[in-house]
Amino acid sequence: MTDLHPFAPPPADTNPPLDSPAYRSTATRHPTRPLLRLTPGLTDPTELTGPVFGTDDVTPEDADLTRGPGGEAVGQRIVVTGRLLDGAGRPIRRSLVEIWQANASGRYRHRGDQWPGSLDPNFTGGGRTLTDDDGTYRFTTIRPGAYPWGNHPNAWRPAHIHVSVFGRSFTQRLVTQMYFPDDPLFFQDPILAAVPAGARGRLVAAYDHDVTEPAWALGFRWDIVVRGPAATPFEAGADG
Amino acid sequence: MAEADRHRPPADLPLTPAQTVGPFLHLALADPALRRPALADDAAALTIRGHVVDGDGAAVPDAVVETWQHGGPFTRCATDEDGSWEVRTGRPVAVPTLDGTPQAPHLAVSVFARGLLDRVVTRLYLPDEPANGHDPTLAAAGDRAAALVARADGPGAVRFDIHLQGPDESVFFAV
Repeated sequence: MTDLHPFAPPPADTNPPLDSPAYRSTATRHPTRPLLRLTPGLTDPTELTGPVFGTDDVTPEDADLTRGPGGEAVGQRIVVTGRLLDGAGRPIRRSLVEIWQANASGRYRHRGDQWPGSLDPNFTGGGRTLTDDDGTYRFTTIRPGAYPWGNHPNAWRPAHIHVSVFGRSFTQRLVTQMYFPDDPLFFQDPILAAVPAGARGRLVAAYDHDVTEPAWALGFRWDIVVRGPAATPFEAGADG
Repeated sequence: MAEADRHRPPADLPLTPAQTVGPFLHLALADPALRRPALADDAAALTIRGHVVDGDGAAVPDAVVETWQHGGPFTRCATDEDGSWEVRTGRPVAVPTLDGTPQAPHLAVSVFARGLLDRVVTRLYLPDEPANGHDPTLAAAGDRAAALVARADGPGAVRFDIHLQGPDESVFFAV
């Protein structure tokens, strides 16, 4: 248990407030009472550890969303890659990354999505992978389309990929969304806008020509940073 | 090293903000195997059933509930149309905090949903557990502590409903 350590709390300007009225679905779903602090602090081995997934849980094919049962998925093929890091800049190795997204038409393969965008029989829209020894993940997928929703008149979600990471600890668990650079729909999206202004850009991938594969796929780079250790006198001198 | 520096994180990378799982989480987060992970000791299995409801008392059919305990296993279950979820895990055992403070057995629970821009975190304590009377987090919850304790629901099973909002709002923690 000597490798367990407290985590630095997230700075106040990181996460969107759970009560964000412009995103209407928050109205009846956000807690109204203040979050309680754990006693005596975040020192429980339960919250300081987390599940470990391995190669038994993931196949290499799970990281390529473009190969459907009948052939190639329709749309712009892209590679999305980056590193999973903690707040101290350390790579999180062999850790599960899960993604899901709409297809090129902006339609999810989900019974709850019934807008008249077209479905693609060769695109299911879910994938997963493990980070490598450098903390790097890499997916091959289709650039998702934008899609309409009912939040406000003529509301459209900017193109995005949902991303779920575990890190090493329950405390580091994060579900978020990755956006694409220069999307003209950002201005009217209350979900992205709920993030404090200074942190919004962290959800937008960068186009990276070094990731782009010649005559194959456009490349985007996006690092994911989860909570890091608190530096305390208690652990001074510990192996970092 | 100055005292202030010793408390500063070793590096200061800006953290990635959270976003909602949205309504289509089943495309990646509903693996049935994680509802009933393999257990080291089937005799110590614990089935947990519950509902997720919103501030109007309406079912939340697009949530996912995850449980974790020190040493595992991890479980995850998306809610059904009626907001219900069910997992089978190992009965948690008591683990003290890093500084040796005794705690009652519990699970750490995350809830994600459409309309939740970040997860919410609670704990599940066991019913009829004598150690609950000495647990520091239950004590800190005061008159809301009962919301952290599951109800017995037959042999080897408990019920744990999650109220995102309202008069019976669950106790959520800052972690």
